[in-house]
Amino acid sequence: MTSRGLHFSPRRERVTAGRILAAAIVWLYVLTALLGPWIAPYGEAQISAEPFAPWSAAHWLGTDQLGRDFLSRLVFGMRNSLFLALAITIASFALGGSLGLLAAAGPRLADQILSRLVDVFMALPALIFALMLLAIFGTGAAQLIVVIAALDATRVFRLTRALAMREAALEYVEAARLRGESLVWIMGREILPNITGPLLAEAGMRFAFVFLTIATLSFLGLGLQPPAADLGSMVRETATLITYGDFTPLIPALVIAILAGAVNFLIDGYQAQPVPGGDDG
Amino acid sequence: MHPVLKIIVQRLALGGFSLLAVSAVIFFSVSLLPGDYARNILGQSATPEAVANLRHDLALDRPAPERYGRWLLAAARGDFGTSFSGRDGGHGRAVSALVLPRFFNTLVLAALAALVAIPAALLLGIAAAIARGRAADRLINAVALTFVAMPEFLIAYVLIYWLAVRAGLFPPLASIHEDMSWGQRLHRLALPVLTLSFVVLAHILRMTRASLSELLGRPWMETALLKGLPRRRRIVHHALPNAWGPIINIVAFNIAWLITGVVVTEVVFVYPGIGQLMVDAVRSRDIPVVQACALIFAAVYIGLNLAADIIAIVTNPRLLHPK
Repeated sequence: MTSRGLHFSPRRERVTAGRILAAAIVWLYVLTALLGPWIAPYGEAQISAEPFAPWSAAHWLGTDQLGRDFLSRLVFGMRNSLFLALAITIASFALGGSLGLLAAAGPRLADQILSRLVDVFMALPALIFALMLLAIFGTGAAQLIVVIAALDATRVFRLTRALAMREAALEYVEAARLRGESLVWIMGREILPNITGPLLAEAGMRFAFVFLTIATLSFLGLGLQPPAADLGSMVRETATLITYGDFTPLIPALVIAILAGAVNFLIDGYQAQPVPGGDDG
Repeated sequence: MHPVLKIIVQRLALGGFSLLAVSAVIFFSVSLLPGDYARNILGQSATPEAVANLRHDLALDRPAPERYGRWLLAAARGDFGTSFSGRDGGHGRAVSALVLPRFFNTLVLAALAALVAIPAALLLGIAAAIARGRAADRLINAVALTFVAMPEFLIAYVLIYWLAVRAGLFPPLASIHEDMSWGQRLHRLALPVLTLSFVVLAHILRMTRASLSELLGRPWMETALLKGLPRRRRIVHHALPNAWGPIINIVAFNIAWLITGVVVTEVVFVYPGIGQLMVDAVRSRDIPVVQACALIFAAVYIGLNLAADIIAIVTNPRLLHPK
């Protein structure tokens, strides 16, 4: 029961109705993303009716400002946003994780340089940094992946380094060093397997965060290039409908919130530390 | 020198250094751009003379450290150079004339939101920590988790939908101009302030609860319970004095959410603040304006974190009375 700070104690999670629901929601999103082109009644950029058509049998959620089917755009938007967020999370963990391991197990100088560099990048809110980099590089899927992954990697670096530092001080790592194992071996085969648990929990958190960041940037008009659908820009482009009392533009935003909420909820259970002496049984 | 004073001087130096480092990143990240900066701005069809002229105007023909030094010194005096928009006609506007009035508007919005959100978040966070594990705590936590997962613009549009469109209480847009009275301004600002408050509130609440829960579980809190102290005394005299430091840090940590929230909120409500200006400049790739905005955000962020750091140090009883 004496788990403190970053130490991660895997414990058997209670299977609650809430968890099952959250997991079901995540799977539903994954399925929708994978099967998107077969589920969507119309094409991603297909103009199929007049602009801002109301809900009907042919267009369940009406059409957007160009007359494209809103439901189809929603499905493709989910698919694009989900794949983008996944790619960014994987890239940020590959970059931040390996640099974090290097900082913890490698030469002290590497740690000093990397840590100071990350300090500088974290001295500015991520969104502001992202905005600045997008102003320089322009917008598009590739730019989004590089910019958000690089900024997110700083957070992954901090956590990986902190976790790996603890492991690096233990006897088995010392033993591996004395055996003459290479740095890469020590990083990948000795330390990494012992910190995957908390890293996976963090990956879930980061995924939800990245998903929201993409939504925010695309809402600000800095997401995918048109005509590709993404959830944030759908809200932006149809927002005028809200002032007429139509809440259809809120649906993509809700779709974002529900996924981020479900992932956060699943992870929250894993990160919750047992409160010592707490009365929550 | 008193040890506290020494720590404060160290922090101030560190803050100044961070700002310097961030300003260097802001300035030099433009050089990451492949190819020639001036040609990138003017496009591929520009004549070599135009490119050379712009290179000279932007002092791109000078060495990089010199350019950075000049830029930083000018920025410290409030001169951020000339905006790219309108450059072709030869009447580019001074960036500072665009940025500074909007910066004031943003400060008003952020300060009002902080005034609403921080006390509410702390009270709810403390309430949840005291009731931890019980129904009230679970409810507060679930609601906060929901708000954390909501994109800022969803909160904004839900408020617009309910309070502006349906109930007609507030205007859906927050466009303000100089000859408006403060009463009118506050009425226009109600929804943006509310939006921003919700964004920040959820984050601060969750962290306050986590930090206080941990504190309440410490052995010396159990000792206070076993001594038979009443609950109010345990919380007010034993827990809270130790909680101020972490709480101030939490508030400082969440300033990042306030800044992120400001950008989105201003765009949704078309509020003439620095966040909206920055987004517009990013879209038109008006680099001097973007750099000025980023530098101002960085200065505010680092400055507030520094202030919080110093307050936490000054209020820490362990540091004030060294052994």
